[in-house]
Amino acid sequence: MVRINIDSKEVEANGESTLLELARKNGIEIPTLCHHQAVTPYGACRLCLVEIKKEDETKLVASCTYPVREDGITVLTQSPKVNRVRKMILEFLLARCPEVEIIQEMSAEMGIKQSRFILYDNDDCILCGLCARVCEEIIGKSAVSFTDRGPDRKVSTPFNEPSEECVGCTACAFVCPTGAIKVEEWDEIRFIEKWNTEIPLQKCAKCDMLYTPANTPGYILSKMQLPENLLRLCEKCRRKSVAESLSNYDVTSKNVIIKK
Amino acid sequence: MNVDLGKVDKLIDKYRDEEAAYIPLLQDINSEFRYLPRDALKRVSQKMEVPLSHLFRLATFYKSFSLVPRGEHEIQVCMGTACHVRGAPRVLNKITQQFQIYPGETTADQKFTVETVNCVGACALGPLVVFDGKYFGHLNLSRTDKLLEGYHEENKKSS
Repeated sequence: MVRINIDSKEVEANGESTLLELARKNGIEIPTLCHHQAVTPYGACRLCLVEIKKEDETKLVASCTYPVREDGITVLTQSPKVNRVRKMILEFLLARCPEVEIIQEMSAEMGIKQSRFILYDNDDCILCGLCARVCEEIIGKSAVSFTDRGPDRKVSTPFNEPSEECVGCTACAFVCPTGAIKVEEWDEIRFIEKWNTEIPLQKCAKCDMLYTPANTPGYILSKMQLPENLLRLCEKCRRKSVAESLSNYDVTSKNVIIKK
Repeated sequence: MNVDLGKVDKLIDKYRDEEAAYIPLLQDINSEFRYLPRDALKRVSQKMEVPLSHLFRLATFYKSFSLVPRGEHEIQVCMGTACHVRGAPRVLNKITQQFQIYPGETTADQKFTVETVNCVGACALGPLVVFDGKYFGHLNLSRTDKLLEGYHEENKKSS
């Protein structure tokens, strides 16, 4: 059992693997942008920096990737040093993404009115790579990844062209902390602006409502064992058809056997 | 552009049993074709069962990979501070005018690629041009002319 002191609170690790997890479980909030519990931590945004004290040594680490292993270390999440560095990082982020609400809010909380830095080509993307991680680890498609390097680094599709792999699930847009991935729908098409990718939408076999990107049901079926017809209907019709098929049975009778 | 995928397959077979040998494989493909053809990347992605986006990430990250065809001969013009003050821009102008291309481009006949680099560490020799890995220092306009002519002559002889 590893015992750690976080902000002068003694906590015990119970299977938590990183400092961030442990702190959150004990009600200590550490700000993050690039962290999502569903995917492997990456340590990109650096906002979750904390100060670690061990004997006389002290160092700054990203709590989302720092493993809970050593016994008896002291962690400070709000020390002057941490706050100074975190404020600096926020100023950089604010210079890059002045229009992103969550960064504005975080900056205001830290008392930053305006960034000292000015960047002329603004971008809502903070290069945290959450979209790429979700696409790879959860969806299993890897339609996007980091490309180029240094100041040119960005997240993009292969050859910066409309993706052949994308199933249009928009999990990337869902996890994006800054809303940099915008999704629009028109005329039976779903368009993901950042990937320049258009995915046709499919109609429900019963009520003709557009309900899913056309290639998603096929992909889900290839991953999971589901009755093939189930995904041809929209959510409402699906529920209805299940209810209707149940009405054929006498559910009040004791003889009904539900197969497992 | 047609790419001989048979050659790509042979290279892939060489690395088939090694795990995560994508970089050496891409290096081999890059030196075989003098760039990474799109079809070759797609073939690698299919055969090695690695997402195309991962290969594209590698191909754009490393400077030694190119996604556009490069010339038979590579000319690097040093634009470091020492070379710059000793007249590297004039040398660069001369070369780009001669080949009618911008720095970073390749001539239409696929013979020459001209690039600028920031210091090759031989400042005492500036202005300096690296021609196919060989260093030519103390260049001025007439010596640049001779250097390029020499290569042209050689090409004429061999063809």
